[in-house]
Amino acid sequence: MRVEGRGLVDRTRPVRFRFNGQDVAGFAGDTIASALLAKGVRLMGRSFKYHRPRGVMTAGAEDPNTLMQVGRGDAMIPNTRATVQEIFDGLVAQSQNHLGPLDRDLMAINDLLWPFLATGFYYKTFMWPRSFWEKLYEPVIRRAAGLGRMTRAPEPQHHEKAFAFCDVLVIGGGPAGLMAALTAAQGGADVIVVEETAAFGGRLLSDSQKIDGADASFWVEDMLKALDATGRVRRMARTTVTGAYDDGSYGALERVARHLPPAPDLPPECFWRIRARQAVLAAGAHERPIAFPMNDRPGIMLAGAVRSYLNRYGVAAGRNVTVFATHDDAHRTAVDLLAAGVKVAAVIDSRADAQPQGDYRLIAGAQVIGTKGRQGLREISYRAGSRTSTLITDCLAVSGGWNPAVHLTCHLGGRPVWDEGRQMFLPAPGAVPGLTAAGACNGAMSTAACLREGREAGRAALKALGLRTPRGPALPQADDADPRGQTLWVVPGRGRAWLDFANDVTTKDVTQAAAEGFRSVEHMKRYTTQGMAPDQGKNSNIVALALLADATGRAIPETGTTTYRPPYAPLTMGALGAFGQGHGFAPERLMTSHAASLARGAPMIEAGLWYRPSYFPAPGETTWQDACDREVRMVRGAVGVIDVSTLGKIDIQGPDAGAFLDFVYTNSFSTLPVGRVRYGLMLREDGHVMDDGTTARLGAHHYVMTTTTAAAGQVMAHLDLVAQGLRPDLDLRLISATEAWAQFSVAGPRARDLLNGVLDRPIDDAGFPFMACGSVGVHGIAGRLFRISFSGEQAYEIAVPARYGDALYRDLVARAETLGGGAYGLEALNVLRIEKGFITHAEIHGRVTAHDIGMGRMLSEKKEFIGKAAAARPGLLEPGRERLVGLRPVAPAGVLTAGARLFLPDDPHDRVHDQGYVTSVGHSPMLGHMIGMGFLRHGPERIGQQIVLVDHLRAIRTLVEVVSPVFFDPEGGRARG
Amino acid sequence: MQIPCPMCGLRDSREFTCKGDAVTLDRPADGAAPEVWHAYIHLRDNPAGPTRELWYHGGGCGAWLVVARNTVTHAVSGATLASEAHHAR
Repeated sequence: MRVEGRGLVDRTRPVRFRFNGQDVAGFAGDTIASALLAKGVRLMGRSFKYHRPRGVMTAGAEDPNTLMQVGRGDAMIPNTRATVQEIFDGLVAQSQNHLGPLDRDLMAINDLLWPFLATGFYYKTFMWPRSFWEKLYEPVIRRAAGLGRMTRAPEPQHHEKAFAFCDVLVIGGGPAGLMAALTAAQGGADVIVVEETAAFGGRLLSDSQKIDGADASFWVEDMLKALDATGRVRRMARTTVTGAYDDGSYGALERVARHLPPAPDLPPECFWRIRARQAVLAAGAHERPIAFPMNDRPGIMLAGAVRSYLNRYGVAAGRNVTVFATHDDAHRTAVDLLAAGVKVAAVIDSRADAQPQGDYRLIAGAQVIGTKGRQGLREISYRAGSRTSTLITDCLAVSGGWNPAVHLTCHLGGRPVWDEGRQMFLPAPGAVPGLTAAGACNGAMSTAACLREGREAGRAALKALGLRTPRGPALPQADDADPRGQTLWVVPGRGRAWLDFANDVTTKDVTQAAAEGFRSVEHMKRYTTQGMAPDQGKNSNIVALALLADATGRAIPETGTTTYRPPYAPLTMGALGAFGQGHGFAPERLMTSHAASLARGAPMIEAGLWYRPSYFPAPGETTWQDACDREVRMVRGAVGVIDVSTLGKIDIQGPDAGAFLDFVYTNSFSTLPVGRVRYGLMLREDGHVMDDGTTARLGAHHYVMTTTTAAAGQVMAHLDLVAQGLRPDLDLRLISATEAWAQFSVAGPRARDLLNGVLDRPIDDAGFPFMACGSVGVHGIAGRLFRISFSGEQAYEIAVPARYGDALYRDLVARAETLGGGAYGLEALNVLRIEKGFITHAEIHGRVTAHDIGMGRMLSEKKEFIGKAAAARPGLLEPGRERLVGLRPVAPAGVLTAGARLFLPDDPHDRVHDQGYVTSVGHSPMLGHMIGMGFLRHGPERIGQQIVLVDHLRAIRTLVEVVSPVFFDPEGGRARG
Repeated sequence: MQIPCPMCGLRDSREFTCKGDAVTLDRPADGAAPEVWHAYIHLRDNPAGPTRELWYHGGGCGAWLVVARNTVTHAVSGATLASEAHHAR
């Protein structure tokens, strides 16, 4: 029911949305919950286990009952709390957790079965027979389990992520938070103040309070103006701080556009990582329910929420409201309702000495002991002394006091401290370094105390920052009465009394858990599922543990609390993972030849983050194998061009560069003449191969190392560690130059002919022999030339500054085509290197030694190098280790697959008899059959023998012959030609 | 977590990668006994409390740092360049 003259909603801006297929009208500023309450809708959802009718209980993010599916199509989001979701034109919301219409849920049968569905029901019931576990029990339980429905489609809207930095982060925009923010900003600190709801003001917007004699909302407006005037405050509304982490970092979810119709470029949410030197927690408090019999009907709400709906949204939660209170604060609800013209049936106060605060019927020393009304509250019964009576009412506003929102103070492992006098848990000071709690979350329950503590926390932050600490803004006149009250956790009586509304946990479940020996609060939680629903026990934890304490004969501090963990409030995975999908997860690295490769129709293949052309299809070719075979023959017969810029290039300079390379490579580089290139092998300190590559000596003090594409980053970090940490005595500098140079391999018998068309000064074999290198002019550009071969052909790698890469690549390919050659891709490159027995990281995968790959002789005995000592361990030199061999099918059509295992012909094909595995395979167009490389026990000793290749996954058995890994041109004459 | 890089100032830990205990800097001399090499390569303490760890500023200046960190509190109490840590020994 809408109340005239109340609330902050904009009555000039009507908004229409749909709830369960019905059109509903509200105003701008309404939440789904307030708009539905205004229309008299009390039934908004069903409970999880018993499918009981449920309505709104709170007015904030902690609501346990009103979980809804919001949005359309793939953008639909489950478990959205109706108390948080603001309405907009076109919003679509549906209630959850029912089969059939909300008011006739077929699953409500569970409610009749409740005596059988006690806590531990699943553990005790679904034990036998064992054969039912997977066939019957699991599908049935899975169907009943879970809250809401997922669309199972990728989220169509993209979330944002962002980083923020400040001197002081103020968490909460109520009186304490606003005061802390202004104090800190006026003292010279850069401030971020975060408010969970759409408007700043906190409880001041929900309670009809006076500050300096005027309505508190005027003070809030003045404060916001003052904050903005400092020029140092960033205000973030609709933002929830979800976690406190190390070193003053905080996670925060900003609901950027959840309150607006979806638009293409508008992120619904943004996840912030905020780094704050100091923080003030002014998160307020959650109202404490009372566990009385049948306390879960729609219409039974928290008293503070009833005030929120009245004062903030202009909505009366009922036409005839009863208040069930244990303290003075809840009486405000009756006072406010009366002032707004809403009928108050009575205030039932558990205290015998309670005094009325206004003109209403007070029933002192009484407790509510039962309720009626199937889909909404109709009647309550209460007991005063020995007399029980009933009362007709459609809304019961309940309050058992307040629980300070200590959550964030516990995120780094701190435990809250029980205050026996105030009967509440308070934050342990210093539990989160740099964070000070102020206001209601620190136990300050009057507005004046909140303002005072907020200002003090602001000053404390300034002091910790080393800034001057002025007295701060003047404290205005505000309510300073610390509400008096009594503790009442549970009202005994017939019927279930709910603690955790979301997970349907009752008082009986907790006492039963205690009786069965689950005395620890953590065990009780897991056995009963109390506190494990989306509200994470914000409404139920304290009452449940008080009950557990009572049931186990312990005090509350002895019983302790469960662990508070982030996130403070539910988050969407989409916001947490913003930019973590697709290319946000794996950015693309593109070579300078990328566009030219695409223009030639090459499918691109991922190599780490790089994209490399797989093959270049030609007219008439139907499979990649056709193209690959042609490209291999083209390189062997004429000339081919491939971009090899993805290989790591590390520029190493200094008088000790040679000595440095001697230390990181197994073989010697200080002896390498200027103008020459050498193949090098690099070990880890544990004696296994880290990487291989070639290093060129361009000058006396200047080397350029190439690494494999895969290990470029690892090798760079390794070299940095050696240079800085292990051998700082050596005088050298090194830097990655991978992106600085575009480098192309030109391979084949016509390679030199092709190059001499682009080089300023032609080369010949004598002047530029195999493994030579040097500076060259390329069309007038200063470049580099290396005569190295990964194909076994006469081959060069030509490098130019990256900005000339695209032009040079196109030029080289065009010239190659006039010589009967052309571009080739990664598939052909792979076949060419397998034909030559050259290894890649398919072979040097981290578990092989130089000995395993037949390079034992590259371990120099004349010098110290990384990995030398460990590589000499006897176990790494055993002949029986899996060592590199070539494999060729005995029948020419035999199929080899990478990853297949190797067995002796008469052995069973199981793990015990495993002899090795295949690492690389390809079809050799030169030999006319498949070839492969792999690791075999006693490898080289078995050359000439036949073994069986078994691929269990692809059901392949192939008889293969063990051969040398060099299949083609074993003498190597072609590369030297 | 933030790490005070002597080159770059206080930087987010996401810019760094951790290699483990800084004993890696105490590489045995050429010809040391196999047991010494075994201990150097494989044996590490797992202390609850202060540690000295090697961190690489790969997302920044490329410096290797010796970071003093407490594994109980996660507090980082300082960082020096690995090159200088070596000289200090």
